[in-house]
Amino acid sequence: MGRKHVCVLYGGRSLERDVSINTGTRVARALEARGHQVSPVDVDESLVRRLVDLNPDVGFIAMHGKGGEDGTVQELLEILGIPYAGAGVSASIRAMDKVLTKHTLLRRGLPTPRFHAFSDAAFRELGAKDALDIIADQLGLPLVVKPAAQGSALGISVVGEARDLPRAMVSALSFDRKVMLEEFISGRELAVSIVGTQDPRVLPIVEAVPKSGHDFYDFESRYTPGETEFNVPASLESAVAEEVERISLETYRALGCSGFGRVDIILDAADRPWILELNTIPGLTETSLMPAAAEAAGLSFEDLVETVVATAFEPKAE
Amino acid sequence: MGGKSQQAQGHERAEAGESRETCPHPCFGNEAVDEEFHGEKCTTWAHGGASGLPQPGRAPILAAIRNRDRDGGMTKRGFDKYEERYAERTGVMRSSAMRDLMSLTARPEVISLAGGLPATDSFPQDLFDRINAEISKEKRALSLQYGPTEGFDFLKEDIAEVMAAEGTEIDPAHVLVTTGGQQAIDLVTKTFVNPGDVVLAEGPSYAGALTTFSTYQTEVIHLPVDEHGLLLDEMDVILDRLEAEGRWPKFIYVVPNFSNPGGMTLPLDRRERLVETARERDLLIVEDNPYGLLRFEEKPLPTMYSLDTEENVVYLGSFSKIISPGIRSGWLVAPPPIYQKVVFGKQATDLCSSSYNQLFVHGFISSGEWREYVDRLRDIYRSRRDAMLEVLEQEFPAGSTWTKPVGGFFVWATLPGGLDTGDLLVKAVEENVAFVRGDAFYADGQGTSSMRLSFSAVPEEKIQEGIRRLGRVAQDQLDLYRAMGL
Repeated sequence: MGRKHVCVLYGGRSLERDVSINTGTRVARALEARGHQVSPVDVDESLVRRLVDLNPDVGFIAMHGKGGEDGTVQELLEILGIPYAGAGVSASIRAMDKVLTKHTLLRRGLPTPRFHAFSDAAFRELGAKDALDIIADQLGLPLVVKPAAQGSALGISVVGEARDLPRAMVSALSFDRKVMLEEFISGRELAVSIVGTQDPRVLPIVEAVPKSGHDFYDFESRYTPGETEFNVPASLESAVAEEVERISLETYRALGCSGFGRVDIILDAADRPWILELNTIPGLTETSLMPAAAEAAGLSFEDLVETVVATAFEPKAE
Repeated sequence: MGGKSQQAQGHERAEAGESRETCPHPCFGNEAVDEEFHGEKCTTWAHGGASGLPQPGRAPILAAIRNRDRDGGMTKRGFDKYEERYAERTGVMRSSAMRDLMSLTARPEVISLAGGLPATDSFPQDLFDRINAEISKEKRALSLQYGPTEGFDFLKEDIAEVMAAEGTEIDPAHVLVTTGGQQAIDLVTKTFVNPGDVVLAEGPSYAGALTTFSTYQTEVIHLPVDEHGLLLDEMDVILDRLEAEGRWPKFIYVVPNFSNPGGMTLPLDRRERLVETARERDLLIVEDNPYGLLRFEEKPLPTMYSLDTEENVVYLGSFSKIISPGIRSGWLVAPPPIYQKVVFGKQATDLCSSSYNQLFVHGFISSGEWREYVDRLRDIYRSRRDAMLEVLEQEFPAGSTWTKPVGGFFVWATLPGGLDTGDLLVKAVEENVAFVRGDAFYADGQGTSSMRLSFSAVPEEKIQEGIRRLGRVAQDQLDLYRAMGL
């Protein structure tokens, strides 16, 4: 890929704004180091106007969460005719909404924990609270309560008693109008990073081991240096690793992803993998999983970023 | 971790014909990686279990740091290579997800009732220029050089004048000039608290003090309050318990005038009783009074420092709210034995406060114009307080309660139904209004249904619009709670 004028979009209004600033800054620096012309843009209501003025060759969307990962900004770039790295509009929509993702996975026979999901309207208008005990019986306890669309593990809690479900749901509903209750599967947390569109390549599997005091890989574990230990490549029997890779690639394809992405998986005590979600714009901070995976594969951060940007010029998978 | 024999075992298994396909490590066809796993360099592959299969290794951190090479290999990284070396007291220094949320509140469209910022835009421009010109013309040498650790004598006289305005007479020799009131809190804590020592504080208490206390590994015990501040009968019970347990508090930290965040003012009878208790039971009172002059109605109440006759009170003051926070200027007044210790602590911290800034404060006070400025500030803040209280009445959900401050910057509101103000903040920010969640003002996780609302930095119309938005969000959340059976 020759020298390009890359516009790096970051910031925005989501709750992951700070993470996005970190990702965006690192991406911008990496591209500059490789000799590209970089225009960093902190996204706000002047975005379209600025993009028209800048007229970049390609865009790198370093925004996390709403606005950036849900197809919104992708749609805008399509309208403006600016090629961009990463998932297209419909893949973004499918991946951002965990409920939609899981239905897609189920249709493909891919393993994902059992779940039920509701919008807050179901509670306000249909008395869904009376179904909570039934759900706790069906799915068992503990349950994971999470907003359908939110990143960085914000709003997620693990609930051990049915009477704690309403509060957990209210917390999750702060972050999204739709909330999911999912079977809690105890196990090892694996992150599978994938790069490429036509012929996606799986990078070494990373295992995240949060320090004691965290039930799961929560927001603090993710972004506080030293809070989590990482094994990369994760120590897995080869048959297990192969299976994890296989279903991760299938997930990536099933959702129609392009460019790059990261599949989050729980490996249960019997070494069976369960797919939690796919992130179409994985974090690229100092404590993020994908750069660690890339490094283990011999790809520097700059290599990784350039490889991803190059995919912008291929047609989207969706 | 296993020694040579275990590594040799792994090596032998490979040599005994175990093909690469059965090696438990996914090698990715990377020669360098193979070398790592099968050679002696691999220190993180721990054998274990009857099956002989490697378990997820937990190699020592040092080995992990050594193994952080770029050719792949089993790398275990904490991403913080200083992890093992940080002092224990930093254990509390972590970023919080919700604190990160506050960066979203800086956007211009957000009405922030969060920050307790003084209204410095009303600072008289002309006076600012004159003070600086005078320093430049007459006092440049003094401003550029180190000053005495305790602060300049002329500034201590100024401080005595300012305290006299609140009815407290002091001996300037007992004054230590500090870099902001925050440093005064830090010095007192540094002087008295060993890790694990108990300090009493109101519940809720000033978050800045709680942070300082935590960095000295203090155990903070919050005391119950009502809308007038500390409940002294309850305090006595707690003191009895602590005495029986042999854990007498090093001091009690109190903000008696329109406190941050509570907006409460301790009435005279309770002040007298607290001073009495301090005398009878040998309790040290740390009285923090940054807002005292910003009183909107009634006369100022005597400080506990002035009521005390037994050297049981350390008084902390600040110019941040009556001049400017940017000049980082505050003070403490301490009984002589304590005084020496805090001076020593100050010397060890920053040698002396900024000479330039001290001269600025001196210029401001000695001009005499500070009284007029404080009067003007009072008017501004009073009007804003009125606007907030009025709209709270109209817009907050039934069952909400809030304090009615007679001065200062803050209203402390508590929402009904056990509403969680942390959840509420996320929704509020979406609606472009912000506040500080109540649990920031407790060391023990209380305060989850309360919030601090600041009226200092926002004009009346914005205050009203902000409270209106907040009221709507809160009501909506209450409806959701009802729908959830909560």
